[in-house]
Amino acid sequence: MSWPILYAQLVGVNRHSTSLGKVWLSVLFIFRVMVLVVAAESVWGDEQSDFTCNTLQPGCENVCYDQFFPVSHIRLWCLQLLFVSTPPLLVTMYVAYRNQRDRKRLLEGSGRSSFLSNKSQEEDLDTLKRRRLPIAGALWWTYAFSLLFRLLFEGGFMYALYVVYDGFHMPRLVQCDQWPCPNLVDCFVSRPTEKTIFTVFMTTISSICMVLNMAELSYLVAKAVTRSLCGQKERKRRSSREDA
Amino acid sequence: MPLTPPAEPDPELKMNWASFYAVISGVNRHSTGIGRIWLSVLFIFRILVLVVAAESVWGDEKSGFTCNTQQPGCNSVCYDHFFPISHIRLWALQLILVSTPALLVAMHVAHRRHVDKRIYKLSGRSNPKDLEMIKTQKMKISGALWWTYVISLFFRIGFEVTFMYLFYMIYPGYKMIRLVKCDSYPCPNTVDCFVSRPTEKTVFTVFMLAVSGVCIILNIAEVLFLVGKAYGKHLHTAGESTVGAWIQQKLCS
Repeated sequence: MSWPILYAQLVGVNRHSTSLGKVWLSVLFIFRVMVLVVAAESVWGDEQSDFTCNTLQPGCENVCYDQFFPVSHIRLWCLQLLFVSTPPLLVTMYVAYRNQRDRKRLLEGSGRSSFLSNKSQEEDLDTLKRRRLPIAGALWWTYAFSLLFRLLFEGGFMYALYVVYDGFHMPRLVQCDQWPCPNLVDCFVSRPTEKTIFTVFMTTISSICMVLNMAELSYLVAKAVTRSLCGQKERKRRSSREDA
Repeated sequence: MPLTPPAEPDPELKMNWASFYAVISGVNRHSTGIGRIWLSVLFIFRILVLVVAAESVWGDEKSGFTCNTQQPGCNSVCYDHFFPISHIRLWALQLILVSTPALLVAMHVAHRRHVDKRIYKLSGRSNPKDLEMIKTQKMKISGALWWTYVISLFFRIGFEVTFMYLFYMIYPGYKMIRLVKCDSYPCPNTVDCFVSRPTEKTVFTVFMLAVSGVCIILNIAEVLFLVGKAYGKHLHTAGESTVGAWIQQKLCS
């Protein structure tokens, strides 16, 4: 799994994020992606090869493993991280669209006024590329929707993990009677305590990320409300000055 | 079961620690000299040793854990009972948690730069050269940044000590025993279980512990250095002054 490619994509989003968004991105990469790759993947590495059932019946272990672990934790977390990282790309796409539109306007404008030198045009295009757009108007809505989607995906995956594994605890022993197991057999899970520790850790960090997203959303809403109130005050003052 | 050579560390794993190092070393520019030494010790004697050596020693910890029984599941259960969390995972978590307070400093520096840029723009000095200068200048560790830095050092020391304590609690005496006796279900009675490579594991545990101790000493030295420097600066600017007055000034600034 090439996480650096995803990181490179998301770092671009960082420029147009709020401070909370930047903190969220750091938490995502350090406490989730890093921990997943350097620690969790080795814990789950032998999950099927070391899943042992108390029987010599061929196929019984396979079938029981499949019954109790329909989707591995690692795969669920990878999917969760991918889904949660994609809404910020909406913001990047919108910023790219805005830049493209403004570039076109700039080039059209300079085409009409022939006295504008090439150098100043290049400088303007450069500033356009490097500028940081304020989070207002359509960008605000795109950003708010991306936050909502992030929250939905986080919550959805946490719920899915809870439902599939009946909680966040990994049992040491599961009892299985699927065909071709001859009767009720005991099957032993590999490294259950370590798996429980990591599941609880990843769930906690996931909740922290959800809290960060909710805080960011509240901050955006509060900022928009204050901006509209200030705008109203400004309009009232202007109209009273015109009347006077 | 034939003895197998240790597995080669996954190249993707090496790459991920390398990208982690790239993120953390970016903070290096705003550290003190001792901070840079700490980062080098962390990277060379801990992360590198973990990736190139320790991971291969612990690579076969479960497959090489053998119990004197043919009862299926007994191996798994006894392994889980005596090794709730592997050394390697604990060290990986320790290294990640110990390195992250440095990012607090990076965030503070970024915030300061943002404020400086705004001030420059408001005062009319918004040409690209001045703004570039803000990006590349080295921040002085004073004022609120001093507090952020010192707090991040305390967090580092706290995490190091917590993990050393955790290690001691889970693996008493930091020694890896050769033989453990286990009687958890489904083992039929008390069975002897043998740990794979116990001496090599003890050597590496003691090594990582010693380096962890060195890192704690470096962090404490850095705290003392920063406090001493700040007090010295206060004495220099305010003439004769008591420690109490300096502490009061630091708390109120």
